[in-house]
Amino acid sequence: MTPLQRVGRWIGDHLVLALGVLVIVYLVVPIAIVALMSFNDSSGSRNVYKFQEFTVSNWANPCKPEGLCDAVSTSIQIGLLATIVATTLGTLAAFALARHRFRGRSGANMLIFLPMASPEIVMGSSLLALFVAAGFGGQLGFWTIFIAHVMFCLSFVIITVKARLSGLDDNLEQAAMDLYATEAQTFWRVTFPLVFPGILAAALLSFSLSFDDFIISNLNAGQTVTFPMFVWGAAQRGVPMQVNVIGTAMFVIALALVLAGGWNQRRRATAKAA
Amino acid sequence: MRGRLTGYWLFAPAALWLALFFAVPLYSLVATSLFDPDGSVLTGYDVAWAFGNFPDAISEYWRPLVRSLVYAGIATAICLVLGYVLAYAIAFKAGRWKNLMLVLVVAPFFTSFLVRTLSWKLILADDGWIVNTLQFVHVLGDDGRLLATPVAVVAGLTYNFLPFMVLPLYAALEKLDPRLIEAASDLYASPARAFWKVTWPLSRPGVVGGVLLTFIPAAGDFINAELLGSPNERMVGNVIQNLFTTTGDYAAAGALSVTLMLIIVAMVVAYARTSSTEDLV
Repeated sequence: MTPLQRVGRWIGDHLVLALGVLVIVYLVVPIAIVALMSFNDSSGSRNVYKFQEFTVSNWANPCKPEGLCDAVSTSIQIGLLATIVATTLGTLAAFALARHRFRGRSGANMLIFLPMASPEIVMGSSLLALFVAAGFGGQLGFWTIFIAHVMFCLSFVIITVKARLSGLDDNLEQAAMDLYATEAQTFWRVTFPLVFPGILAAALLSFSLSFDDFIISNLNAGQTVTFPMFVWGAAQRGVPMQVNVIGTAMFVIALALVLAGGWNQRRRATAKAA
Repeated sequence: MRGRLTGYWLFAPAALWLALFFAVPLYSLVATSLFDPDGSVLTGYDVAWAFGNFPDAISEYWRPLVRSLVYAGIATAICLVLGYVLAYAIAFKAGRWKNLMLVLVVAPFFTSFLVRTLSWKLILADDGWIVNTLQFVHVLGDDGRLLATPVAVVAGLTYNFLPFMVLPLYAALEKLDPRLIEAASDLYASPARAFWKVTWPLSRPGVVGGVLLTFIPAAGDFINAELLGSPNERMVGNVIQNLFTTTGDYAAAGALSVTLMLIIVAMVVAYARTSSTEDLV
């Protein structure tokens, strides 16, 4: 390789990485701005999209704007319930698809794939059409949102858990059986612990999808207000800075969970190697 | 031994939920789209097989419909370029920073979609540094702005759906054996030729997955258009949402929603013919 080629190579190698880092910056800057604005004192100004003055009062009084904390609490309740139901049903379905042969698998795959390939506005409006046709038009609220959230979380749970299952080395299960473990013992001592990280990831994904959903929830919410719906309503008048506090807190909690998960996995790997 | 029916029993609850609350509603939506347009929420609706709802809705709302497809198409194209660079960098160049970069790619999911989108109002604000810089270099006129323009809406869409492009691309590139690229250059392929003949074709499943996962939600989105655009940037999602919740014109809303779904299904089928659903799921 001539020196010139070598310089070209070096630039080529590092240019891609540098451009990649720029794209990451594009992804991360808005989050940094949310965090920054959570410390903004907007009381003196009508422009809530500009940093005026530093304050910690938004963090000290996160519930000050009327309805904000009610909306957050509604979102958390729906999120937890939808996560539990979607993760349970989805995990069972993933086992069925990965471990059992049954007829109609291509139909089953279609049923799982289609919700991910449908625009939310279509899913939301068709659910609304169903509820209205079934005479529940007046009872839209907590439970209709819950039903919708389980529906759109299911596909994501199924593919996440299924991916973990199909990446699993079934020699370990064979070994357990060879050592006279019963089928139940094999499942609870070997299979389940190995699949568990996948189930946990699916649950986290479900919760964040549910907590963050606006389009489908808004169509099926009736008078109930979730956190994204609160933000939407507030955006027409100028959002209170506490919304950024919630956004930042969510980010920190989720990041901590993911980092803890990664750290735990690495610790186990080193423990195994030692 | 495992019973022959176990698979069915395990799959049944999820299948039932999806059938009842995804498949049946699609049927209700189609029924709604054929409602007698003279009905109202108060007097009730009859399914009148009013196929006329479709040409009526399309002739009235073709602009937002086309706009949605154009904005989503542009955003998807930009996402593909940015996403490919990023996924390539993570898969082949990041070294020990790989995991950190992957966490940063999904980091936007850790906080609220709406709150993040609102922060673009600040980034693109009329007296923000981006607008000031663009005015300084005369890309924008002195009173030119970015907010309430198609640029802001497409920027928002690109930002919001970029991770959906990066992840499938990364998954495809990660599986690619770098020795194949080395082999191509050993055989005197230029880097560009090696890319187009080896890397790109092998990453195709990721490209297909990423394009679908980006384009579909972007075409149905109305949050970016509402928060970052003006009524001139209104997308079909805004119209459907308003017709359902504010106007109460279910027939037109249903017809428009079914139209959007049909357009997307047609595009997906045309585009994804090469890969089966088994590959996608």
